[in-house]
This record gives sequence, structure tokens and C-alpha cells, in this order.
Amino acid sequence: MARFVLLLVMVSVATFLLLELIPGDPVDGLLPEGATEEMRQQLIQLYGFDQSLVTRYVSWLGDLLHGDLGTSWQTRIPVATTIAERAPVSLELAVLAMALALAVAIPVGIYSAYRPGGIVDRIATFIASATLATPAFVLAIVLVWVFGVQLGWLPIVGWVPFSEDPFQHLRAVILPVISLAGGECVLFIRLLKGDMMATLQQDHVLSARARGLPTWRILVRHALRQSSFSLVTVSGVVIGRLIGGAVIVEMIFSIPGLGSLVVIAINNRDFITVQAIVLLSALIYLVLNSLVDLAYPLLDPRVRRATT
Amino acid sequence: MTDVVGHTGSALSVPPTVKSADAAPVVKRRRRRRDYGAPLGAVWLGLVVVGAITADWLPLADPNEIGNVFSATPGLGDHLLGTDILGRDILSRCVYGARISMAVGLGATALAMVVGVAFGMAAGYFRGAVDSTISLFVNFLMAFPPLMFLIALVAAMRPSLTNLVLGLALLGIPNFARIARANTIAFAEREFVTASKALGASPFRVLTRELLANVMLPVMSLMLVVMAALVVAEGSLSFLGLGVPPPTPSWGGMLADGRSQMNEHPHLVMIPGLFFFLTVFAFNRLGDWARGRIGRESSL
Repeated sequence: MARFVLLLVMVSVATFLLLELIPGDPVDGLLPEGATEEMRQQLIQLYGFDQSLVTRYVSWLGDLLHGDLGTSWQTRIPVATTIAERAPVSLELAVLAMALALAVAIPVGIYSAYRPGGIVDRIATFIASATLATPAFVLAIVLVWVFGVQLGWLPIVGWVPFSEDPFQHLRAVILPVISLAGGECVLFIRLLKGDMMATLQQDHVLSARARGLPTWRILVRHALRQSSFSLVTVSGVVIGRLIGGAVIVEMIFSIPGLGSLVVIAINNRDFITVQAIVLLSALIYLVLNSLVDLAYPLLDPRVRRATT
Repeated sequence: MTDVVGHTGSALSVPPTVKSADAAPVVKRRRRRRDYGAPLGAVWLGLVVVGAITADWLPLADPNEIGNVFSATPGLGDHLLGTDILGRDILSRCVYGARISMAVGLGATALAMVVGVAFGMAAGYFRGAVDSTISLFVNFLMAFPPLMFLIALVAAMRPSLTNLVLGLALLGIPNFARIARANTIAFAEREFVTASKALGASPFRVLTRELLANVMLPVMSLMLVVMAALVVAEGSLSFLGLGVPPPTPSWGGMLADGRSQMNEHPHLVMIPGLFFFLTVFAFNRLGDWARGRIGRESSL
């Protein structure tokens, strides 16, 4: 816990210092053309650039704890408002991509481990190594080309909110979700297959077999749970990565999420927004990773006994 | 920023070094099929590296020369792989673009490896306060989603090749530090280390003469994975327009430029896409091959 708090502090200091890294005076970027020296001084006062670094950090942190992430340098809208508008979109994409990746990876991983070298395993290995070698932006572009341009089945870009038209929304979401899920799915299959193959060699699986239990029951009830450790560990990381890291996919499909917001903000040199998103995604990442640690005892009674 | 290497643009995901990956059971193979992936990968990477180094002397068009042809399709003729929207030769831009990819793949990875291994070994050998400090730093680096971290850093520092390499190296450090630390801890218990210490060797000598060679084996196989991840990360940045500034050609930049014309001229995106695919595929194959060989020698 102490370590978690320490990391939080370090992360917040680093994101705070991000603004200091920018070459040049941040005030210059804020001033309109031909601003007077007086306006300049006012702005310095307003944003507190005349105070020491520590004072500014403390007041920044104080605002942060009150949910105030600052006001965008570009749009003058509170950053928290913009983020609250866009976060659900990124969250939805992340959850759907995660669900898709797991829905494919769990059965494929189980079956590949059950019959290594079999047809499912061989096809999965082949597709996996191809997918692993395709960066998300290449995958997304190829998918757009095949399903959007050539076949014309799905929209190429654009975002339709669910409330407006649920069906079009679903169509708009398919390609981005597949692009996001692809690489993660391969990761899950590899992990699950490795663990599962180790579990299937154990005595209790043999004894379950000897008792004549049906194969699917052995695989799911007796082997899956103890083989899912790495999967759970990595899932936490992956969902954090998906929430904060769908930058490329959101840009390609022009989806109004947090990832595209970051790029827009960077292009506008609106670093206060960038800072807020980086901080937020790091927080999500840290919290999810800690939750994963807490989930271990639920999965494995041995850990539960050892800790209590 | 857990495990940098990955896939989804963000993903820098090194297949997480969770215990299971190494604990894969020995399964009898009925027959070993010859694996051509690794040698072919080596050939491709060799071509890319040689091309990147000798680009100036190869009989290529100037990558930035703007032609009057709007878009020549690939085929035999002056432009083997066609030209882009501005009439620039695609083959030439791909070869010059390889310079950026390789500068990042080799340069940033090497930098990350040196720093990461040094810190990781120090943490694993001295333990105690040194270990906690270094581990805290590593965990801190891993607290950010990788691509987000990189984008913010590079954007704040202004895109340039040096900043790009530094940012990517920072991203790669935790992977190396973790594996170096774990292996140092494992080897520090072994007899040859105790013997060396008993003979009065200084910690520096033990670390460099006894431990380094053993730690480097697993590090080397990780290196190929990190290289692939960093090449993809650089591609993602260039794709977003945050990489090396134009007109310097880069594969990610070519993809981004060609996207608007994709409907009529798919080769504009397919060719740089293929370069990415082949390069990452080659790194992965070589990485698998190296892991297979090293796994047998140092059963950790």
C-alpha cells in the first residue's frame, strides 16, 4: 500500500513536470498575436507561472483532488468536462475489445492445449504469428481496406453514438474493436495455452479422467481455473492499456475518445489537456494492476491461506 | 507501461514474463519440421540493415525528389514500387525510411539494454535499499500506458531523431531491468559466484566477469522482442505525425500520407505496411528461435 501511494506521488510529480519539459515559455503559446507586455503579466499571474515550482505543484495537486484538472488552453472548457464526455467512448471500446479477445482466446487456448499440434492449434499458431507481426495501425488499415473499401460491408470512419442509432453504432464499432482486440487476443491464447498444457499434465487431471468425467468438464472445471493466473494478471494490464492506449485506432476511425483527444491536444499544443489524460490513464493503469494483485486469493485458495 | 512490447500500437507488449511462459511443459514432437522462419527473417533484416546503411550509394531515386507523375503504379519501369502522391519514388523512400526504423530498433534497444541491464544487475546483486530504489523506479516507468507515455514525452520535447531514440529507450528499460534482476538473483546463489567472492573478488568484478555473461543469454532473446516493439512504437508515432519531422521518409509517415488515397491507390499503404509486417515478423521469428535455443541452455 505504501508502495502504491509512493508510485502515485511519483506519477503525479512526473506528469506535473511534463509541462516544464516543453521548450520555450508556456505563456508565449497562450498569448494571441501582438499581445502587450501587460497582458503577458496578467496571464502569468492568472496561471501562477511566477510562483515556485513546489507551490504550483501543491496547488495543482489540491485542485486535482477537488476534481479540477484545469482549463484547456485552447478551448477554455474545463478539461474534466471534456474528459467526462470522451471517457465513456474509450471505455466502451476497451471493454468490447477485451470481451472479444477473451471470447476468442479462451476456447482456442483451451483446445490448442488439449490437442497440441492439432488442426486448431496449427491454424491458431499461424494466424497468431501473422497477427503478432502486424502493428495495430497496419491491421486497422488493412481491415478498412478489405471490409470498408473492397467489400463495402462496414463504414470506413465515423462514429455514431449509441443513443442516436444503436444499429449504426454497432456497425461503426466492429472494425475498431477487432483492430484493438487482435494483438491482445494472440497474447491471451499464448498465455492460456502455455499454462493449460502445464496443468493438463498434473495428477488431478489424470484422476478426473480416470473417474470418467467428460472432457469438457475436466478442461473447464478442473484445468481452466488454475491455468488462468497469467491471463488474469495480463488482463489487468491489457485493459488499462486499451483504455489509455487506443490512440492509433481512435485516430484511424475518427472516434471521439481519449486517445484522439490526446493527439488533437498535442497538435494544438494544449498541454494541460495532455497532462490530464496522461495522469488519468496512469491512474487507471496503476489501480487495475493493484486490483489484479487482490484478485489472486479469489482464484487460488493456497494464496488465500498464505496471506490470512 | 508494463511490458513494452506489444502489438496494438499501444502495445509494446513483451509477452509478459510471467512464470508460465517458461514453464511450458515438454511435449514430445512427433517429427521436427524444418523451421525456415528464422533464417529467412535474418536474411530480410540483413537486407534492411544493409539497405539503410548503404542507401546513399544504391542506384535509387532521391527519396524527396518531387516528380510530375501524380502516382505511378508499381511495375517495371523507372519506379519499381511506384510513386506516392507527390511523385516521390516509393522504393527509395522505403529504403531511406529503414534508416529511421533501424536507428530506433538497434539504437534505442541497445541503449535501453545497457541501462536496463546495469540497473537490473545492480538491483539483483546488492538487494536491500539499492534494489528497492531501482525497483521503484522501474515500477514508476511501468505505471504509464506505453504509447501514451511516449506520445506525451516526445510531443513535449519536440520530435527529433534523438528525442525519439531517448524516449523509446526509456520505454524499453523496464523490460531489461526486470529480466536482468531476476536472472542475477538466480545466478548469485550459484557456487561459481560464491567461489569468486571467497577469492576476494570485488562486487564489480563478480558482476562483470561472473554474472554478466550468464545474465546476457536471456537478455539477448528479449532484445529481439523489444526491437520489434520499438520499431512498431516508432511507426505509431510517425503515423500520428509525432515521429521524425517530414520530409525525412519513415514507414509510419508513408502509411499516414497514403491513407487519403487508399481507395484508388492501395499500394501507397500496402507497401509500407508490408515493410512493417516483414520486419516485425522477422524479429519475432528470430526471437522465438533464440528463446528456444537459450531456453534449453539456461533452464531458469
